[in-house]
Amino acid sequence: MDVAIARPPGSAITGALGIGVAVGVYGISFGVLAVASGLSPAQACVMSMLVFTGASQFAFVGVLAGGGGALAAIGPAVMLAVRNAAYGLSLTAILPARLRDRALSAHLVIDETTAMARAQSDPDAARRAFLATGVSVWVFWNAGTLAGALLGGGIGDPRTLGLDAMFPAAFLALLAPQLRRPGAPVAAVAGVAIALALVSFTPAGVPIIAALAGVVPGVLAAKGVRG
Amino acid sequence: MTWTALLALSAISYALKASGPVLAGGRRLGPQVRRTLDLVAVPLLAALILVQTVGDGHRLVLDARVPALALAAVLVWRRAPFLVVVLAAAATAALLRALA
Repeated sequence: MDVAIARPPGSAITGALGIGVAVGVYGISFGVLAVASGLSPAQACVMSMLVFTGASQFAFVGVLAGGGGALAAIGPAVMLAVRNAAYGLSLTAILPARLRDRALSAHLVIDETTAMARAQSDPDAARRAFLATGVSVWVFWNAGTLAGALLGGGIGDPRTLGLDAMFPAAFLALLAPQLRRPGAPVAAVAGVAIALALVSFTPAGVPIIAALAGVVPGVLAAKGVRG
Repeated sequence: MTWTALLALSAISYALKASGPVLAGGRRLGPQVRRTLDLVAVPLLAALILVQTVGDGHRLVLDARVPALALAAVLVWRRAPFLVVVLAAAATAALLRALA
């Protein structure tokens, strides 16, 4: 990684805790929804521990709530999880080299950990930010799920607290330092354009996976800069 | 049935996350590959920001999230601390919804 490019967005630990708390509130609403759509509290909790990728989990219980079967619910959930494969590739250089540690940390490869790690200026800081964010988000997400599954309804909508606006703001703050890499602004604009073009008529998750193609104009632009 | 689906989804989800890091192993990557991988997260996160700001299922909607993100963008540009950016966005959206 190029040391000159990024500045760390504040302390990684503070950021990790902040994101963890916000994720925890969504964990509560996931627990509530999961139980309301027919999962047992144990199933909701095992899902948060093992699947551990929020958008997919919400999609899964959404299909169940809409009357779909559990097997039919897998499709949309997988579509939303495919982007984690691309995140895993982008994190390959900073994950631990030992196979066992690598396999364990791979479970933490999600939106939040990728954004936090990629925003750091050097590989050591990226490793710390990845781990701190991963552990924080995992703990809060599962604690939230358990609380929501046991308490059931009666919890307010996280949107009244503006928590849904927290996530894009957090990702923007984490994307900004990465935009100083050669080709990155072009890749970002292309990604937004692709997602915007697809969002109204493709299944959820597809616009974000398809945005990966934005890497191509980004790499070409970076080549142009270097000559 | 639900348990089977749930464990299948867990396995697929983990396989997706682990495919890149485990297949690549601890291998050293060439500079061109590394420059490309450095860019991979950028368009994905940019698309995620878009979907989380104006997406609502299959519809695009302009609601309280848009001014919240605009304020966040100004704060990021002014180099405000991360938590300030995130909390300001949440407060803006909450306030606008309370007023609406």
